[in-house]
Amino acid sequence: MRVTATVNGRERDADGVWECESLLTLLRERWGLLGSKNACEQGECGSCTVLLDGAAVCSCLVAAGQVQGREVQTVEGVDDPAVHRAFADEGAVQCGFCTPGLVVAVHGLLRRNPAPADPEIREALAGNLCRCTGYEKILDAVRSAAEEARS
Amino acid sequence: MTSTEHASRVTGGVGESPARPDATLKTSGEFAFASDLVAEDMLWGATVRSPHPYARIRGVDVGPALATAGVFAVLTHEDVPGENAYGVKVRDQPVLAVDVVRYVGEPVAIVSADSPEAARLAAERVVVDYEPLEPVLDPIRAAHDKSLPALHENGNVVRHQRIRSGDPDPRAEVVVSATYTIGMQDQAFLGPEAGLAVPAEDGGVDLYLATQDLHSDLEQTARALGLAEDKVRLTMSGVGGAFGGREDLSIQVHCCLLALRTGRPVKMVHGREESFVGHVHRHPARMRYEHGATRDGELVYIKAQLYFDGGAYASKTPVVVSNGTALGTGPYVVPNVELDAWGVYTNNPPCGAMRGLGAVQPTFAYESQMDRLAEALGMDPVELRLRNVLTEGDRLPTGQVVDSPVAVPKLLDRLRGMPLPPSLPSGADVRDLPGGVSNTTHGEGIARGVGYGVTIKNVCYSEGADDFSTARVRLELVGGEPLATVHTAAAEVGQGIVTVQQQIARTELGVRRVNVHPNDTSVGPAGSSSASRQTYVTGGAVHAACVAVREVVLHRVADEHAVAVDALTLTDGAVSLDGEVLADLAEVLDTAVEEKREFHHRPTFPMDDEGASDRVHVQHAFSAHRAVVDVDTELGLVKVVALDCVQDVGRAMHPDAVLGQIQGGATQGLGLALMEEVSVSDGRIVNGSFTDYLIPTVLDVPPMRIEVLEEADPNAPYGVRGVGEPPTITATPAVVAAVRAATGRELTHIPVTPTRLLGLDGEEQQ
Ligand code: FES
Ligand code: FES
Repeated sequence: MRVTATVNGRERDADGVWECESLLTLLRERWGLLGSKNACEQGECGSCTVLLDGAAVCSCLVAAGQVQGREVQTVEGVDDPAVHRAFADEGAVQCGFCTPGLVVAVHGLLRRNPAPADPEIREALAGNLCRCTGYEKILDAVRSAAEEARS
Repeated sequence: MTSTEHASRVTGGVGESPARPDATLKTSGEFAFASDLVAEDMLWGATVRSPHPYARIRGVDVGPALATAGVFAVLTHEDVPGENAYGVKVRDQPVLAVDVVRYVGEPVAIVSADSPEAARLAAERVVVDYEPLEPVLDPIRAAHDKSLPALHENGNVVRHQRIRSGDPDPRAEVVVSATYTIGMQDQAFLGPEAGLAVPAEDGGVDLYLATQDLHSDLEQTARALGLAEDKVRLTMSGVGGAFGGREDLSIQVHCCLLALRTGRPVKMVHGREESFVGHVHRHPARMRYEHGATRDGELVYIKAQLYFDGGAYASKTPVVVSNGTALGTGPYVVPNVELDAWGVYTNNPPCGAMRGLGAVQPTFAYESQMDRLAEALGMDPVELRLRNVLTEGDRLPTGQVVDSPVAVPKLLDRLRGMPLPPSLPSGADVRDLPGGVSNTTHGEGIARGVGYGVTIKNVCYSEGADDFSTARVRLELVGGEPLATVHTAAAEVGQGIVTVQQQIARTELGVRRVNVHPNDTSVGPAGSSSASRQTYVTGGAVHAACVAVREVVLHRVADEHAVAVDALTLTDGAVSLDGEVLADLAEVLDTAVEEKREFHHRPTFPMDDEGASDRVHVQHAFSAHRAVVDVDTELGLVKVVALDCVQDVGRAMHPDAVLGQIQGGATQGLGLALMEEVSVSDGRIVNGSFTDYLIPTVLDVPPMRIEVLEEADPNAPYGVRGVGEPPTITATPAVVAAVRAATGRELTHIPVTPTRLLGLDGEEQQ
C-alpha cells in the first residue's frame, strides 16, 4: 500500500508498505528518520513517541496506514530550544535512548499546558521509561523548560 | 591570546559539572545508537534459538531456510572457523550449539537475508531435531546432588568459596537466623543489543557495536572467527545503557560470521523479547544467614550459606561468588565467620554481570538480619549498625585491612538527621497514595514505615586481575588554538566517562578545547565499563598521559628560558613561573605533543581455600539509604514516599553526574525491592517484555534527597571512589525494611510484590 503523510512539515510518501507495518518502522526504515527509538516496540516505553496531529502517541503502536493524510511530528521536527537545552543542562540525559521520546512528550505537554504542576508532569511522562536517570533530573528539565518558555 | 583571556579560568574541569558533549545530539535524535546503524547493501541477521532448556541435537536441516526468498546464508556450528567457545571468565559457551543445548534461547543457527522479515522467516524454517532431556533447575541440588547430569565437563559447580576466620565454634547470647531469596533481575537497558559488521578487503571485518568492553569482545570474537586480532576492528556505536548486561557477547561473533560469509555488511538487532534471552541477568540467590551477638549488640559471629544460580554458562559467576563471600558480612566487624558460597550451572537462563555484582544479594540478606537482630535485642537498628561498623584499619573476614576512610557512621548520622516527609494528610491527593489514580484507597488502611540499608562494595576488578586502562593524549594547535585530543577504549554507556576525560584534560593541560576520540580498538585496552571502575582506571590513565604531555610542554619552555621545569605551571593556556606568564601555550606547540600511558592500580590477590587474602579488593565504596513507604495493607500496594541517600564518593569529579548515578542506581534498587523479577518456569522466561517485566516509572520514584561526602581514598586517582553501584545495592534493603516496618511482615523474598506482601503467593515465609 502507499502511504502519504506530512512529516515535520514536509510531504512524504512510501510505496509497498505492509499492512501490519508500524509507523515506527515506516519512520525508521523507509524514511530514515532514526530519532524515534525502538526499545520495546510494544507501546510500553515511550522511546518512539511522536506527535500525531499534535497528540503524543507511541509510533510503534500506530499502523503505518493510519497516518495517511495526517500530520506527524518526530523528534527531528521538534524545534523547541527550551526543551532541548533543559535536558542537556539539567543532566537529564545519560545513555540518551529514552531522550528523543521524552523530548517529544515534553514538547507536547508544554504546548498543551505551559505551566504544569509536578503531578501533571509525572502523569504526562508515566508512559516514558528511563532506565538510567531515576527521573529526578528529567523532572528538573521539564520544570526549567517550562519556566524558560514562560519568561 | 589576549591577557584578559588568561584571567578567565578554563572552566569545565574536575569538580565542575559541564554538560556532556553528546547531550545535544541525544536530545535532537541525531545520536546514532547501535540499532540506528545503516550501510549500503546491508543484510539483516537473525538467530535460531533453542526452545528447550536442555536437549540433545540430533540434526539440523537448513535446506528450507536456505530456499527462502531473500536469504543469503544459513550457518551452524560447522561454519565457525575458529574456536567455537567464548566466555568472559570461562570459555564454556559455544558460538553456535554443537550437540546439546543448555538453555531456552541458546543460539543454534544464524541466517542473513535482505530484510529483517525474510531473516526471521528463514530462521523459523531451520529444522532442528531435538531430543529433550531432563533439565537441572534447582541450584541447591545442582551444587550437591552428584546423581544429576553434569552440564559441563567439571560438573555443576562453577565455584565454591569458603571463608573461615576466627573461632570455628563461637558462642553468642542472642542468635537470629533466616533464609532469604531473591529473584532474577534484568538490566533492562533500553537500547537493544545491536551491531553492524562490515567485511573488509584484507579478509578481516569491522564491527560497529554497543558494548561495555571493546577489547574483551575483540579477543573473544577474533578467536571464534579464527582471525588475528588486527584483522578484527571494533568501534563503539551509541550504547543505550548497559548495567552489566553488555559484558558478555551477544551479536558480536554472529554478525561477523554472516558478514564474512556473505561479503556484505550485516546488521543484527534484538527485539525486546530476544533481548531478554540474549543477555545474562542478575543471579537469583538463596541465602541462609545466622547472626550471633552479645546481649548488648556486639556481633560475635556470622554463619551463612549462599547459592547463586548461574544458569547454563559461567559468565561472571566466579566473580559473583567472590564478591558474595568477601563482602558477605557487610561493613561490620565480625570476629568469627563461617561462610560458604556456591555458584552453579543449571539449565536456567545464564546469569552474569549486573550493577552491584555479587553484593546486591548478600546485602539484602545481612541488612535484613541486622534489622532482625535489632528487634531481638530491642535496639534501634541504626544503633546496632553503628555499634558494629568497620573503621579504617579494621580487617575484613578475608584478612584484608581496610586502608582508607570508612564513612559509614557519618552516612548514617546524616541520614538520621534528614527531615522525614510529613505524614499523609487526610484527604491527600489520590495520586500520592499507594495505587495512585487507580483510586483504590482514599487514605484508609495505609501504614507508613521507615527503613535503612548500608553496604560495602568493591571497586574495580579483584583477586589479582590486571585491571588497567590505556590513554593517548595529543596536544596541538588547531585553528591557532590549543586542542587536546584524548583517545581511550573506555565505553561510554551513559555514565559520563567521555565528560570526565574532557574534564581531566582541561584541568591538567589548562586548555578549553578537548576532543574525545571515538573509542575503538586502535588504542590499548581500557577494560570494561563496569565494577564502578572506569573513572578510576581510565581517569588514572588520562591523568597520567596528560601529566606526560605537560612535562614535554614545560620542558620546551624551561629549556628556552633556562629555568627549572619544576617551577613552571601550565594553566589557562599559558606556561607561568610564579604567576607570571612566560609563554602562551600556542607559542610552544609548533609541533604537536603526544603521549600514551597505562594506568594499573595496586595489585590484588586471590582468596585461598579458607577465604584469606591480603588484598582481595583494591578499593571499597560505601553508601547508605533511608526509605519511607506507605503501604496499602489490604491490597499490598507500596508507595515509596522518600528514598534518601548519603554516599561517600571520595571525590566528586562531576557532581551532577554523581547525583544522576545515585538517583538512577537507587531506582534500580527500588525496582528490585518491589517489582523487578524475570519469572522463569521450567527454564523458560515467561515475562520477557516491558509489559510483563516491570521497571519503575516516574510515578514509582519519589523525590530523593542526596548528600555526597568526599573522603578521598589516598590510593586512588583524584581520591575517587566508584559511584555507580553502591546506591543500587542499598536502596533495596532500605525499601524492604520500610515495608517490614509498616506491615510487621518478615518479607524474606524480593521483589515484594503485592501477592507476596499479602502472603498470597503460596511461598512460606521462613
Ligand atoms: S518502542 Fe514504542 S513504546 Fe517502546
Ligand atoms: S537516559 Fe538511558 S534510558 Fe533514559
